[in-house]
Amino acid sequence: MSFIKGFFRGRTSIQPIWVFVIALFIFFSFMSEYFLSFGNITNILVQTSTIGLVALGMTFVMINGNIDLSVGAILGLAASLAVGLQEVSMTLAILAALGSGILLGALNGFVVWKTGVNAFIVTLGAMLGVRGLIFLYTDEQSFFAMNFAFADFGTSTIGPFPVLAIIFLACALIMHLVLTRTGHGRNTFAVGGNPEASIDAGIRLGRHMMINFIIVGFFAALAGVLLASQMGAATPNLGRDYELWVITAVVLGGTKLTGGYGSIVGTLGGVLAIGILRNGMNLMQVPAFYVLVILGAILISVLIIDKKLNAPSAKEVRI
Amino acid sequence: MASAEQSKPRLLTGKLSKAGMLSFLSAQGILIFFLLSMFVFSFFSEQFLSQSNIMTVVRQASIIGIIAVGVTVVIIGGNLDLSVGSMLSFSTVLVVDLHDKIGPTNAILLMFVLTLMIGAVNGFLIGFLRLNSLIVTLAMLSAIQGFVLIYSGGQNVDIADQQGTWFAFFGRGYVGGIAVPILMFGLLAIVMQVVMSYTGYGRRIFAVGGNPMAAVYSGIRKNWCVFSTYLISAFCVACAALVLGSRVMGSQNNVGQGYELLVLAGIILGGTSLLGGAGSIWKTVIGVLILGFIQNGLLLMGYPYYIQWIVTWVIIILAVWLDLANKRKRLFTTHS
Amino acid sequence: MNAPNQSRQPIDAAPILELKGITKRFPGVVALNNVDFDVRPGEVHALLGENGAGKSTLMKVLAGKHQANEGKITLGGEEMAFENPKHAKRAGVVLIHQEQSLVPEMTVAENIFLGSLPRKPFNRVDWRKLREDTNKILETLKCGFQHDDLVGSLSIAKKQMVEIGRALAFTPRVVVFDEPTASLTDHEKPVLYDVINSLCEQGVGIVYISHRMDEIFHLSHRISVLRDGEYTGTVNTADTNEDEITRMMIGRSLELDHASKPSDFGNNLLEVRNLSVKRVFENVSFNVRKGEIVGMYGLVGAGRSEVAETIFGLRTPSAGEVILDGEVVNFRSAHDAVASGVALVPEDRKDQGLILGMNCRDNMTLASLSSVSSMGFMTSSKEREVYDKYHQAMKIKTPSWRQKVGNLSGGNQQKIVIGKWLHTHPKLLILDEPTRGIDVGSKSEIHTLVKDLAKSGYAVLVISSEMPEVLGLSNRIIAMYDGRVTAEFDGDNVSEDELVQAITGMGRQAQAS
Repeated sequence: MSFIKGFFRGRTSIQPIWVFVIALFIFFSFMSEYFLSFGNITNILVQTSTIGLVALGMTFVMINGNIDLSVGAILGLAASLAVGLQEVSMTLAILAALGSGILLGALNGFVVWKTGVNAFIVTLGAMLGVRGLIFLYTDEQSFFAMNFAFADFGTSTIGPFPVLAIIFLACALIMHLVLTRTGHGRNTFAVGGNPEASIDAGIRLGRHMMINFIIVGFFAALAGVLLASQMGAATPNLGRDYELWVITAVVLGGTKLTGGYGSIVGTLGGVLAIGILRNGMNLMQVPAFYVLVILGAILISVLIIDKKLNAPSAKEVRI
Repeated sequence: MASAEQSKPRLLTGKLSKAGMLSFLSAQGILIFFLLSMFVFSFFSEQFLSQSNIMTVVRQASIIGIIAVGVTVVIIGGNLDLSVGSMLSFSTVLVVDLHDKIGPTNAILLMFVLTLMIGAVNGFLIGFLRLNSLIVTLAMLSAIQGFVLIYSGGQNVDIADQQGTWFAFFGRGYVGGIAVPILMFGLLAIVMQVVMSYTGYGRRIFAVGGNPMAAVYSGIRKNWCVFSTYLISAFCVACAALVLGSRVMGSQNNVGQGYELLVLAGIILGGTSLLGGAGSIWKTVIGVLILGFIQNGLLLMGYPYYIQWIVTWVIIILAVWLDLANKRKRLFTTHS
Repeated sequence: MNAPNQSRQPIDAAPILELKGITKRFPGVVALNNVDFDVRPGEVHALLGENGAGKSTLMKVLAGKHQANEGKITLGGEEMAFENPKHAKRAGVVLIHQEQSLVPEMTVAENIFLGSLPRKPFNRVDWRKLREDTNKILETLKCGFQHDDLVGSLSIAKKQMVEIGRALAFTPRVVVFDEPTASLTDHEKPVLYDVINSLCEQGVGIVYISHRMDEIFHLSHRISVLRDGEYTGTVNTADTNEDEITRMMIGRSLELDHASKPSDFGNNLLEVRNLSVKRVFENVSFNVRKGEIVGMYGLVGAGRSEVAETIFGLRTPSAGEVILDGEVVNFRSAHDAVASGVALVPEDRKDQGLILGMNCRDNMTLASLSSVSSMGFMTSSKEREVYDKYHQAMKIKTPSWRQKVGNLSGGNQQKIVIGKWLHTHPKLLILDEPTRGIDVGSKSEIHTLVKDLAKSGYAVLVISSEMPEVLGLSNRIIAMYDGRVTAEFDGDNVSEDELVQAITGMGRQAQAS
């Protein structure tokens, strides 16, 4: 009995969302003749790569028992730096953009670690503050990329495969391995699952938290650079609301907000579900507004299904 | 173990002075900070402490304040409400759009009913189905924004006859020389403060937020309690929409975007813990006013408006940190 | 139960671990004052004291979780200063926690090597070495689970074994058990005792903290006692008895609970007929009369708490009925049950009984808010009245009603929970493990109180897994095993053997064969 439950629970984090992804896939294949083409599928991957990259990092932070609301702002800052500093030097611009993400991630992590203030609050503050930094830096102006190599990169392909899709999938693979195979990955689970016990076991909780915030900061910055290169421009409001999309994707993928549980495979499913839904509905010429409603409905249904699967009502106290 | 030890009164120990100092700073910290920043701002700008400026600030803060009163109740009950921003868009667009179609009275009534229905959906999902409030209200944030866009077809709405309607009263009117938005803010805050501190209902909400399981085992109908907090939150949003719609006499379809976070910032700054079971409306009022005065003070000092975001970033963290540092009697955490 | 017939002779050897003059101050209190303690290799040294006496603090100092302000720790002749638990663990001192310190979503192997997973280059986990090392440890523990089982799916006893496995991973020299049997059932305990004995044979020193006299006399070689943070002495188990230990612990002879059982019963107040909750318990039938104490005895997991929760409206029965005062009731929530005069003092004080962040008074009135308010508004004078009444009646020790209940000792917390329910003026009082984890003094006070309540007309149902408690309190005893009522006994005419058989399913096997 307990074996079956353990087995089942181990799977539910991945299964429902992938079942859903496949169902969506089949549904849209029938509804739109354009959907099931190589071009459109790589297109979905490119469209989701921004949210997807950030979601990879967010998965780590959330398994760790934290949350990062500042990813949208970090993404916007990195995009602005990557475009704005190009006139000085392309290399400098990219390095500064990625560096800003790493630094802000490190700052978030360090504050959460040392002050013990809840990550929700720390990154809520950072979300406002970093947006302020963007406005300060850009003086509320949009920047346009004058360097064509930069603007071309976002739309370039290797063979038939778009570079952005390759980068996203490669990063997903690497982060999956880091999460499941390395000491840092396993300790991330331990800290999220039982922080007290982890401290007692000598796991350096603060260090792992900080590394995870750096990871998500880096991925947010990377996503910002790639998004800017895709658009050939950066606006000061870029990345607004991204944190909500990213958290939605990660939660759809089965990662628990309370920490200690989740997977990159699940997150990939969550990201694809959002991507396919947007793309498919777009092909069916449903106005974009409906996607918001449907997304909310899906998120709530996933929660309800999860509740029903994990807690058979007969064994539960009615509270 | 440590419990029995801590029960001895602190007076018996020699360390009163230092611990007392820290706890005094923490308890009054936000007030001290408030007065200090007022002093600094008044030093840089003569207008700052003028009566008209103060009234302007409070009036501007009243929309966030009205919503924050409701969200504070939700948070004390142990949950979060991130959907208030979208809900504000929804209610404002609705009341403004319907104003010309079915008249102000009907528009207001219908807006309240529909807003409360959204609150009831939140409350049902979180209270009765016991889903995670953060995710549910996140999903509702997205869904409600979608509804607003569908309803308005992506267009902004406004009221044709802006001078002739009594609807202007809520955003632009005065009673006894005080602006109506301030009155509504004050009235809601006082009523909810009384409810939370002096009624059995308030006590139950504190219990549910403090330990939901123990509350249920004490015969408290937890699900109803949680449900009701979302109705209160929705009611406050509807009031805020009244003020906002009437002040602007029109509405963008995403007018409330980001409000949920400003509201949370005010609540956190006031010192209400996000963990539930503790906090007060007064703290929230002070937190919201501080945000308002910082914004206004920085503008008067000639800084662009976005500087207030950076300042808010720093003081939110400092405020919560000071509070925690006092509770654990040391500045930093000890784990590595 | 009382005679220390199995106690062992002290082991003559130089101590492997010595603590001398340990003093630990917390802001506001001296938790330990000049305490001495030592453990010899191969010895079980029991550490006793009331709640708040400083046992846990002493052990946390020993295991590196706290650092002493004064005094020194010597391990195998070397002076040590443990900065953190990992440091202590490396040196061979391991603490097995009262609270479970496992990560439920990780495997047994990952939990055993938590914080010290074997690594390959690039910080990769060496899974093969992890598996081999784990299997070696699991062999010595002889427990029925695999290295890749999820810890969250194991029973409490097995989880405890995982914790012990974690201790073994460090080739320990001293192992500290902090209330290890608190959540174990009677037939799981021998497994633990075997492990402890085999550790002793390997020359490991054991520190054993427990409230249970029978265990201590059964296992230990020597006994040390702490009282209010002070060391009161060490005795050889073979040369002492329970009375002496009790005196050392509380500084006086215990006013044992000599009150007689209630004997004047009225009509049936509660009648439970064929009550079932699918997959939890089945066909449970019993009754409780006014003025009577009925004990419900069984192992943890036998379904006792679940029966109580079903009567209290917290679970939906799948079959059967509950009859209260002659009427069939169908409670849809605890709220309904409270309104009809049922009270449940729950098993888990901290999770189910109290709002730890609230003060004493507010906790006390929580179940009867309408009685202390008018038109929805609280009347603070009435609230104080209620609080003062039970504060005096139950001898609750708190400096003030403003004290947060989280800062009280277990005994006082439990009295507040009981007081809370008494003020709802119930007809039926259900107490689930009313004295678990609380000190001896409060325990006997609570026992006397329960008898007095029954004598004044309450119908009382006491759930317990402690045989002396059930025998000492009950007029009748209902035994449960595996979700069924296996037998009903007269509380004054039952042997311990019969009870044990009824709750371990032995009787049923005999019937079947």
